[in-house]
Amino acid sequence: MTQVTIKHLWKEFGSQVVLENLNLHVDDHEFVTIVGASGCGKTTFLKMLLGIEYPSRGSFLIDGEPLPSEPGPDRGIVFQRYSLFPHLTVLNNLLLGLELHESRILGRLFGARRRRAFDKARELLEAVGLQASADKYPAQLSGGMQQRLSIAQSVICEPKILLLDEPFGALDPGITSDMHTLILKLWNMNKMTIFMVTHDLQESFALGTRVLVFDKVRVDPQAPEAFGATITFNIPLKGHRSAA
Amino acid sequence: MRRLINQRPGRGGALMLSMMPFILVVCAYLYYSHARLLENPGDKLLPAPATIAATMHQYAFEEDERSGERLLWSDTGASLQRLLTALAISAVAGLSLGLAIGVIPYLRVTIAPFVAAVSLIPPLAMLPILFIVAGLGESAKITLIIIGVAPVIVRDLAMRTAELPNEQIIKAQTLGASTWQLVIRVVLPQMWPRLIDALRLVLGSAWLFLIAAEAIASTEGLGYRIFLVRRYLAMDVILPYVAWITLLAFTMDWLLRLLRTKAFRWAGIGA
Repeated sequence: MTQVTIKHLWKEFGSQVVLENLNLHVDDHEFVTIVGASGCGKTTFLKMLLGIEYPSRGSFLIDGEPLPSEPGPDRGIVFQRYSLFPHLTVLNNLLLGLELHESRILGRLFGARRRRAFDKARELLEAVGLQASADKYPAQLSGGMQQRLSIAQSVICEPKILLLDEPFGALDPGITSDMHTLILKLWNMNKMTIFMVTHDLQESFALGTRVLVFDKVRVDPQAPEAFGATITFNIPLKGHRSAA
Repeated sequence: MRRLINQRPGRGGALMLSMMPFILVVCAYLYYSHARLLENPGDKLLPAPATIAATMHQYAFEEDERSGERLLWSDTGASLQRLLTALAISAVAGLSLGLAIGVIPYLRVTIAPFVAAVSLIPPLAMLPILFIVAGLGESAKITLIIIGVAPVIVRDLAMRTAELPNEQIIKAQTLGASTWQLVIRVVLPQMWPRLIDALRLVLGSAWLFLIAAEAIASTEGLGYRIFLVRRYLAMDVILPYVAWITLLAFTMDWLLRLLRTKAFRWAGIGA
């Protein structure tokens, strides 16, 4: 069970207000998509969930606990790019998460434990359709394959929450629908809660069980930084989950 | 006619062209050496190839009367031992301090300004201090090379570490990595090829400091020998020694490059 509850949340950088008075409740196993104009705090919101930005005021609770102050294994992340490890092969990129979990000192597994982790990584590799590239390095993969690997890498440790920061923004339009199928499959397999920032409105409705629209309600032309964005629309989409 | 920037030599042509400057230098030497020796058979400045060969045969294969050693090899051994010891210590220091500075903010603010200051001390100005404190033995010479070379490696690796995409560092944390795990599984493996690059870059200055130290206080070594025989204008020793030092430096550079491509295949792919 993962519930995210946000009450009267403000985020300011000095005198610049980025987010103002956010209120939100997200239930377990929701797929939340976040849309809005650029510069309206979508990514800042995601960074707070990730634990690399902190709320200025208000409460931000995960399962009733305050947000941790650094990234952790309960919240996975897929960035637009650069989040694969270039010195590891595809399979080792996947194994890394398991190895870090089970071997605190060496960060490496041996013998039977390694074989078990190996099997799990292989299985996931097949689920994302990369089994043929297991021994390649990330730089040898196409952009779409890199993103599939990055998603698989994030879900292998079964995080409660998966954060996606415009994960398909840099991909060809043709690949995107495959990626949608993949992410919905993994979302149902792992029963996690997903927060996805996107600039594609169609994508946000196609994937989400809840669409959040971030926008500024008040604008002062003399002082554009005086007011921040907030959630202007919070649209629950019913009956979508079974379609996936 | 294609533009000059689009014209490329074939394989054989490229080899021939690249050899040409070397051949030109050798020819020029032979010509002037011959001309000078015709004028004055006792000329020492540009000795004939036969003289050089005879001298080097003596240095490489005959035992020295005083020390009973084959001088070329004992000099090479002494110099390489100093150089490699200093480079190894510098590499270890560079890697550990560079990573510490690059990864841990508290260590960065503590160490980085100090390293930056130390790297600006002219190492040769430290040489008298080293001889006074450490004596005239091996440690002073090795320390001089380390002082000259290690700060450069530290700063380079700290920069390379800081250049790793932040996304990678955050991703590793979301996979549960502790600071230690992050260092040994994500940062360190990516820094090995960077360390090799840094070593290749400092190789030239390492030789410079080695020869400077040997010239001033030593009883054997390549730098010691060429400064010793300078008193007798023994160009038949100095010239081949300089060529030999160059060859050694070139070989080390080549070996490091080979190691980088063979051992870190991933670093050669893509960007």
